[in-house]
Amino acid sequence: MILVQLVTDGLLVGAVYALLSSGLTLIWGMMNVVNFAHGDFVMLAMYVAFIAVTTLAIGPALFVPLAALVLFGVGVVVYYALIRNVMRGPMLAQILSTFGLGLVLRYAMFWVFSANFVSLPDTLVGGVLSVDGLRLQYSRLLAGVVALLLTAALHLMLTRTALGSRLLAVAEDRTAAMLVGIRPDPMQALAWGIGAACAGVAGALIALFFYISPLVGDSLVLIAFVTVCLGGFGSVPGALFAGLAIGVIESLSSWFIGAAWKDVVVYGLFLLALWVRPQGLLGKS
Amino acid sequence: MSLLSVKDLAVRYGDLIGVGAVTLAVEAGQIVALLGANGAGKTTTLNAIAGLVPPAGGQILWQGKPIQGLPAHQIVSRGIALSPEGWRLFTGQSVEANLRLGATRLADRKQLPHRLDHVFTLFPRLAERRRQQAGTMSGGERQMLALGRALMSAPKLLLLDEPSLGLAPAVVEQVFATLLRLKAEGLTLLLAEQSAELALEVADRAYVLQTGATVLSGTGAELAGNAEVRRAYLGG
Repeated sequence: MILVQLVTDGLLVGAVYALLSSGLTLIWGMMNVVNFAHGDFVMLAMYVAFIAVTTLAIGPALFVPLAALVLFGVGVVVYYALIRNVMRGPMLAQILSTFGLGLVLRYAMFWVFSANFVSLPDTLVGGVLSVDGLRLQYSRLLAGVVALLLTAALHLMLTRTALGSRLLAVAEDRTAAMLVGIRPDPMQALAWGIGAACAGVAGALIALFFYISPLVGDSLVLIAFVTVCLGGFGSVPGALFAGLAIGVIESLSSWFIGAAWKDVVVYGLFLLALWVRPQGLLGKS
Repeated sequence: MSLLSVKDLAVRYGDLIGVGAVTLAVEAGQIVALLGANGAGKTTTLNAIAGLVPPAGGQILWQGKPIQGLPAHQIVSRGIALSPEGWRLFTGQSVEANLRLGATRLADRKQLPHRLDHVFTLFPRLAERRRQQAGTMSGGERQMLALGRALMSAPKLLLLDEPSLGLAPAVVEQVFATLLRLKAEGLTLLLAEQSAELALEVADRAYVLQTGATVLSGTGAELAGNAEVRRAYLGG
């Protein structure tokens, strides 16, 4: 029974990792840019949730979409104001620009909110669901299910709609996309918007059961990078499977080995998996 | 007035000169061949017409109006489609998805099913494989798909970059038969070819490029009988 409990807990957290990582992998897949500010996008979304709850007194049904909307805007603005220009520069400029952006965001938050940890009231989505001895916190259940549905929706959008087809076309061959009459700029801006919105939703959901601080993005984004590497760069289904796997591994290892060791286990397995399959689990060689 | 006329076109890549002085004219309903050795500037000329590279000088007139420097999507909207060298298909997507992408700039969306039917009539093979991933097809099928994708935008002028490159002789014959059929349907074609012999068989008019400039022009028959062309481009 404990095993079912641990795996379920792991899958719920893993689904949030998957959504978080889908945003990162989408941006990478579209333009081969690693968004080092992705964790700070998550942090930003958590503060959006915090401000929304403390000043507007709204619940997750409103602040999760709000965080998605705000972060979508942030993503689009970041693309047009920063990324579009540095894409013409050398690789190092691209890496440092998103890294610098992340620093600006987190220190701006230090300035506004100080380094204190804050959190949402845990009565916001309180309570525990008990089914056949399985005990699930409503907050984590909500986060996991919403994240899973949105990751699946993103995948369907990319593979089943005309818009997704255009996004993938720009991702695969920008020049060929231009030849059929697609303007790459709006597509890439859209990818940044969607990628940031994924981080936004993930952040707002995580805020339901996690502390909020200007540096909170660090620990989360590291997991996202591992997920993207494991799943294969640019693959949303890959991010989904890898995210779920990492969630379960974390959950199992923290119970059987000890919470202090779960990161060692996750990153150790990650190195091992990369050593065996450097292109990622679902990545193309 | 020519459908397309290019005057003293120059394109630079940084300090490098892509083409220096290309001049040519394409009349409606014709097949025009652009001949020349590798590096003569054929691809650069087509890319400049299609709006992929901005010209550094000269003029490109489409139905009498200048279009040089317009972005690629506006060129497609005006009725010029380029099927590029190496096909540049969206290999991760299906045959049908590639064709639908070709219709991105189709102004009248109701025309889309008719365009699909038209392409599938031209290339029944593509209809059989509409759900297949483009990346898993043979060279001949990829050429068909590249042509089909370009035709989906309902162009008035089709630019073709090396349609015979890398294809088996039997497939090349099919491709050129298709080009003649498209011409019979009223389409105008400008094709860049290294294989001059083939191109001159179907071309109404041909231009010979050398190191980025037009050095010779004439009807297909004239150039095929021209000793200089034979020596330089037809291998004897």
